[in-house]
Amino acid sequence: MALQIVDGCVNCWACEPLCPSQAIYAALPHFLIDAKKCTECDGDYADKQCASICPIEEAIVDSQGIALNPPGSLTGIPPERWEQVRAEIQAR
Amino acid sequence: MELTVLGQSQTAPAAGGCASSGCGSNDDQLNHLPEHIRAKVHNHPCYSEEAHHHYARMHVAVAPACNIQCHYCNRKYDCSNESRPGVVSELLTPDQAVKKVMTVAANIPQMTVLGIAGPGDPLANPERTFETFRQLTEKAPDIKLCVSTNGLALPEQVDELCKHNIDHVTMTINCVDPDIGAQIYPWIFWKNRRVYGRKGAEILIKQQQKGLQMLVDRGILVKVNSVMIPGVNDKHLEEVSKAVKAKGAFLHNVMPLIAEAEHGTFFGVMGQRGPTHDELQALQDVCAGDMNMMRHCRQCRADAVGMLGEDRGDEFTMDKIEAEEVDYAAAMIKRAEVHAAIEATLAAKQQKKNETFISLSSLSIPKKESRPVLMAIATSGGGIINQHFGHAREFLIYEANAYDVRFISHRKTDLYCSGDDTCGDGESVLQKTINALKGCEVVLCSKIGYEPWGMLEEAGIMPNGEHALEAIEDAVAAVYKEMGEKGLLDKKPETKQRATA
Repeated sequence: MALQIVDGCVNCWACEPLCPSQAIYAALPHFLIDAKKCTECDGDYADKQCASICPIEEAIVDSQGIALNPPGSLTGIPPERWEQVRAEIQAR
Repeated sequence: MELTVLGQSQTAPAAGGCASSGCGSNDDQLNHLPEHIRAKVHNHPCYSEEAHHHYARMHVAVAPACNIQCHYCNRKYDCSNESRPGVVSELLTPDQAVKKVMTVAANIPQMTVLGIAGPGDPLANPERTFETFRQLTEKAPDIKLCVSTNGLALPEQVDELCKHNIDHVTMTINCVDPDIGAQIYPWIFWKNRRVYGRKGAEILIKQQQKGLQMLVDRGILVKVNSVMIPGVNDKHLEEVSKAVKAKGAFLHNVMPLIAEAEHGTFFGVMGQRGPTHDELQALQDVCAGDMNMMRHCRQCRADAVGMLGEDRGDEFTMDKIEAEEVDYAAAMIKRAEVHAAIEATLAAKQQKKNETFISLSSLSIPKKESRPVLMAIATSGGGIINQHFGHAREFLIYEANAYDVRFISHRKTDLYCSGDDTCGDGESVLQKTINALKGCEVVLCSKIGYEPWGMLEEAGIMPNGEHALEAIEDAVAAVYKEMGEKGLLDKKPETKQRATA
């Protein structure tokens, strides 16, 4: 049971100090999570800390490879609403 | 290390400098402030319009993490050609940042101010931010320190902040209404959770207002930045201006939204427009009724170096400065001399201003009812017309009327991107420049080529190279007077100009 940082990470450091298990470390081309240390915040926080602050969609995945921040999570607007929102915004 | 004085030559201070009425309004925009505040900001290029012609600033990018998400920001973007907040080329450790600041201070002695502005939120990176401040307070005591923040973490960091000899803080406040906030901030990170929408915006607004109060109570000067987003907070910013003034902010800076699709921000991708020059100016005028307004802000990158409007960051990348030895004691002596020379120039200008002010109003050749005229100025600093039209990356916009000459705004010509055709939309740079000058009737520059001359005339903008090396406001007043004598101020300007892109 461990999360993984994948391509897309921009090395912004936001997650690193939040990890209750100190499992996150700087690396190139992007930060990594030590799978042996990661507890997915179980017992520490209700929400997975790294994913809660991460400003990039799909940069952190679970052990199934499923993105914790899927498309739409960054803006709070699900993809199926994008066209409608675009029209509203362009009318401004 | 040899100390070179670059940029403004101290041996040739600008003759007349930025001219009579202080490049602000009738009075310098700081004149209404109490003396102890003016003393703190008079040499701060970001706070004083007067100072920005003479003093330089720099930002160090030590603060990458952010605790909120804004619809006008894209954390992926890292482009050396782009200039806007949140963009940097290289992230620095506190040690590297201190090295860079001291090297720049030795090479650009006009640099008086070091700010930490990101690329994330400085207070969301407290250790890196405060370590940088701690070292600089000790090693470079002649540099002013400041910080910008979204305010979310401010209440909890304010006491630590006060330990570090920081007397200025800039806070970005785009709203005081959570329903409007929800259209700008999709979420915040708060108490170990991502809080979406209105609820998140409500917390952010509360923290901002609380933090503002705490700073004011501690005697720290607070400037408030607001991003003007048409259809979202444009009508609301007048209320924001009143609210932050009531709390004790000393300056309000309304900035235009920067939203290009290629920046990859939510607003950019969705086609949210930024304000037109006229909309921005109208809002700044409305807010100015309530509070002192800044108009010379350049919305700098989080790693900008140099005078406002220029970026010399490329000269000071870590690979170039790492091996350099800085004798800061020697640099401080040099810096003090340069600052004294600038102060002498400013004092002379103040003297001249008092005299010129009378002669300006006594010109009164134009009729009292004559209409105001916008003029664009190409300048590389010092308050004089000293730049070739084709070299200008931005123009300062002045308005002349029958009574005075005032600085209105600056306009960038490269639309925040100076890259080649891989980075633009194919429209010629010259056409973009002309579009950016919409509403201006005259361009004053040191020289101008044949082709742009023709295109400007075609667009109803009169190029003028006759006032090279003259003080901006004197030249603007003189050109306005000439226009009056030719009877050009009685009728509406010709409307040949094309719509802006």
